[in-house]
Amino acid sequence: MRHIIALIAGGFFGAGLFVSGMTDTTKVQGWLDVFGAWDPTLAFVMGGAMIPMAIAWMITRRRRTPLAGGAFPPPAPRRIDRNLILGSVLFGFGWGLAGLCPGPSIASVSYGGLGNLVFIAAMVAGMLAAPPLRARLDRAVPAE
Amino acid sequence: MEQDWIWGLIGGLLIGTGGAVYLLGNGRIMGASGIIGGLVDGSGRNTAWERILFLLGVMVLPVALMPVYREVDTHLTTNLWVVVAAGLLVGLGTRIANGCTSGHGVCGISRLSPRGMIATVAYILAGGVAVVFFRHVLEVI
Repeated sequence: MRHIIALIAGGFFGAGLFVSGMTDTTKVQGWLDVFGAWDPTLAFVMGGAMIPMAIAWMITRRRRTPLAGGAFPPPAPRRIDRNLILGSVLFGFGWGLAGLCPGPSIASVSYGGLGNLVFIAAMVAGMLAAPPLRARLDRAVPAE
Repeated sequence: MEQDWIWGLIGGLLIGTGGAVYLLGNGRIMGASGIIGGLVDGSGRNTAWERILFLLGVMVLPVALMPVYREVDTHLTTNLWVVVAAGLLVGLGTRIANGCTSGHGVCGISRLSPRGMIATVAYILAGGVAVVFFRHVLEVI
C-alpha cells in the first residue's frame, strides 16, 4: 500500500515537473534573472502547487492517521538556525548556476542527457559529504 | 511562449497533488532532496522501497507524457565544470538545510512553516545572485 501510494505521488510530481517546464533550466534561470528577460512561470508553478498542498494540510487536522497507517508529520518546527540559512544559500547558489534542483534532475533522467547524469552524480556526492561536514561545523561553531 | 504560465499552473497543481497524495496516504512530506538523501546516506534505510518507488514514478511519468507534450530539452549548460559545481552545492546545501524547493518550498510554505518560508527566501535570493553574477558579470552561464 505505502509503495503504491509512493509510486502514484511520484508520478504526479514527475508529471507536474515535466508539463510545467521546470525541467527546462532556462525557465528556472529566467525566473531568477531579474536583470534579463524575466520569466514568471516558476511563480505559477509554486502558486499552483500550494493549492492542493494547503488543502491536504487542512485535512490532516481532521483525520487522525494517514491512509496507509502511521502518523502525520509533527507540527512544523519553528527554530530558524544557522544550518537552515547556510544550507539554503549554498543550495540556492547551485540552483541558480545550473537551473536544476533535485526533483527536476530526477524527472529529466530519460531526456536530460549526460550533463544531467553528471549533475545527479555531483549532487549525490554533495549529499554524502553533508552529514560529516555538518557535524564538524556544529562542533566548531555551535548553531546556537 | 505565452501559454507557459498556464502549463506552469497545471504542472504546479499536479506537483501539489503529488505532495497531497504522499502526505494523506503515507503521512510523509514530499521533499525531493530528503527522499534522495535518505537513500544516499542510508538514513532512510527502513523506508528505502517507498523512496525508490517514488523516484521511479518521478522518472517514468515524463517518458509516458512525452508523445503528447511539446518540449523536452532541458537546455542544461554544456560546461561540465559548472554542472559539477552546481550539483555539489545543491546536494550539500539541501542536506544541510534539510530541504529544497519541494520540501521547504511547496510543502513548507503551504503549512505556513517559518522554516520553509525563510529557507525559500534564502535560496531564491542566493539563486538570483548566482544567475546575475555568473550571467551578467562573468558571462559564463
